[in-house]
Amino acid sequence: MRIVVCIKQVPATNDAVIDPETKRIVREGVQAILNPFDTYAIEEAVRLRARLGGGVEVLAISMGPPRAEAVLREAVALGADRGILLSHRAFGGSDTWATSYVLSQAIRTIGNVDLVICGKQAVDGDTAQVGPGIAAHLNWPQAALVSAVREVSTQHLVVVRMHEDGHDVCELSLPAVLTVVKGINVPRVPSLKGVLAARKSEIPVWTPEMIGADPAKIGLDGSPTRVVRTAPPPPRNKESLRFTGTAEVCAGGLLRELRKRSLL
Amino acid sequence: MRLAKLEERENFRNIWVMAEWSSGRIQPVTLELVGAARPLADARRSEVWTVVLGTGIADRQLNELIACGSDIVLVVDDPAFTNFVDETEARVLCALIEKHRPESVLCGATTRGRALIPRVAVQTNTGLTADCTQLAIDPENGNLLQTRPAFGGNLMATIYCANFRPQMATVRPRVMSARPPDASRRGRVIRGTLPTVSAAACKRVLEVFHSSEPGVNLADARFIVAGGRGVKGKEGFNLLRRFATMVGGAVGASRATVDAGWIPYAHQVGQTGQTVQSQVYLACGISGQIQHLVGMQSCDCIIAIDKNPDTSMMKLADITVVGDLFEVLPELIRQVSIT
Ligand SMILES: Cc1cc2nc3c(=O)[nH]c(=O)nc-3n(C[C@H](O)[C@H](O)[C@H](O)COP(=O)(O)OP(=O)(O)OC[C@H]3O[C@@H](n4cnc5c(N)ncnc54)[C@H](O)[C@@H]3O)c2cc1C
Ligand SMILES: Cc1cc2nc3c(=O)[nH]c(=O)nc-3n(C[C@H](O)[C@H](O)[C@H](O)COP(=O)(O)OP(=O)(O)OC[C@H]3O[C@@H](n4cnc5c(N)ncnc54)[C@H](O)[C@@H]3O)c2cc1C
Repeated sequence: MRIVVCIKQVPATNDAVIDPETKRIVREGVQAILNPFDTYAIEEAVRLRARLGGGVEVLAISMGPPRAEAVLREAVALGADRGILLSHRAFGGSDTWATSYVLSQAIRTIGNVDLVICGKQAVDGDTAQVGPGIAAHLNWPQAALVSAVREVSTQHLVVVRMHEDGHDVCELSLPAVLTVVKGINVPRVPSLKGVLAARKSEIPVWTPEMIGADPAKIGLDGSPTRVVRTAPPPPRNKESLRFTGTAEVCAGGLLRELRKRSLL
Repeated sequence: MRLAKLEERENFRNIWVMAEWSSGRIQPVTLELVGAARPLADARRSEVWTVVLGTGIADRQLNELIACGSDIVLVVDDPAFTNFVDETEARVLCALIEKHRPESVLCGATTRGRALIPRVAVQTNTGLTADCTQLAIDPENGNLLQTRPAFGGNLMATIYCANFRPQMATVRPRVMSARPPDASRRGRVIRGTLPTVSAAACKRVLEVFHSSEPGVNLADARFIVAGGRGVKGKEGFNLLRRFATMVGGAVGASRATVDAGWIPYAHQVGQTGQTVQSQVYLACGISGQIQHLVGMQSCDCIIAIDKNPDTSMMKLADITVVGDLFEVLPELIRQVSIT
């Protein structure tokens, strides 16, 4: 049995820098990190491997530029058995449809995969669409926003899903795809053994041909959506109102202001 | 599906709204989406269709959808929709889309919508824009211009999907406005267009818990009272909860307080928590680290209470109170209770 964790390299800051000429997001020179949600995905896979006993392999996969290799090494340091990088010019510009197609093709190629774990969302694209997209391409069941795995066997899972108004518990047959939230676990820090393994680990690079990807379904041309414009958010009203003094004066002033603006 | 020729766009008509069905009723976000869809459909001289997948749906709610702007309400009322089974809903929705070929499909960017629609978009081979806050339409060709925040709200991206139909978008709750109901509006309810709904065998919902604690639903809240390390502990959050209850709001929290175990993770706002867009965000003792700000900076009115006048939160806020939250909040509670 194999568990695949999908991980993405993202900019370390949310301050998007836009090239004034090309209007594209500048990624060069911006420090890159493992998407914070994906650390929970890796940790959960490593824990499920232990809960299932022997015979389970945890693989981390990432689609991205060559330097995304770094997050795969980090995954190995955190306990994954190995990593695979999907990197090729033809993958560039993929939207969530194409990204989830590429990842699903890689999962088919790996073979013998019973569970795929993604983070809740990537902190740059922020769509949360890749996990359910992979499930759809594979035609597997899915559970999004999982905050606990109550039961696991080689045949099924019982998971807790978060909703706005509470949560529910559901049983899924394997193979399946999960997206996980922060509350699911507390990720370990890499062990010395893990760090050494990460340094030695071979990270193969897979191309579109190696995963049998249809060239018409990947990259910019294979993507149904297109970003046509990016702009900074509209500026907030800069005139801010400040209350100081006794609590009574501040509270009174604040309530008056809220009522004036019909906010209370 | 991908259009071989752009003229094929003409085969797709009408703006669809996928209703949010949970806790046994159609949720308010549905009426917001109908309100947003109405001018788009008018610009295209087409109709607004609302699709409701639920069980035991009240006629009153269906009529309300029409009064608020729907022309057609497509209802599949089946016990298979009692709980949220993504796979069943996706299958039914895909079949309806293939049969009726809408030009656009809108759905609430709720936990359910954001799990369901990506599945539907892949299965119907089309594009999906996430969590939109603005929608416009090209009246000539029906292309939707979909604007959404990315990079934690630090960037607004406008996205379109010219060569595929239907175009799909999830839309952030409480950003669009519902139209006031007009009882004289005419529309049609079409029932049970899919006679055989079979529940997916791959998933079973075993238990459902509605949070007994009031004020946990951050996504729907108009008023959020949020606490940071300045709240000092569980006791401090009780104070926030009291005020939130009085103003009909929900309670938010910084990660520092969640990690300290003062309040459950469901309340966390920020990069690794939830993104909220309430009318009012009252931050009490939250310094405003960037990872927190990205989760709430799109709120309409931000208010900060902090002893320190120079924090990032105090700089971002529209209204600030420089003071001790343990003095200001009880005073707010007192003054609200006597007026
Ligand atoms: C400003 C902006 C706005 C965009 N808006 C849209 C949009 O509305 N619709 C759309 O279809 N595309 C959109 N895109 C494109 C989208 O960001 C990319 O397709 C991206 O590769 C995946 O989407 P995401 O970052 O939102 O990931 P999410 O779907 O948020 O990621 C969820 C999880 O999927 C996994 N994952 C995601 N990407 C990878 C990867 N490359 N390798 C391995 N695992 C991965 C991780 O586990 C991650 O935690 C946008 C891009 C930009 C720059
Ligand atoms: C990868 C990553 C992801 C993260 N994700 C998130 C996230 O999702 N959400 C999040 O919130 N954080 C997140 N963080 C953590 C974030 O960086 C901050 O550590 C955290 O937000 C700080 O919380 P705080 O503002 O409550 O605490 P502090 O920064 O300690 O601020 C406390 C404030 O309270 C004020 N104060 C103290 N006493 C009083 C009083 N009596 N009256 C009034 N004011 C008082 C102080 O002046 C101070 O301004 C993340 C960090 C990382 C690295």
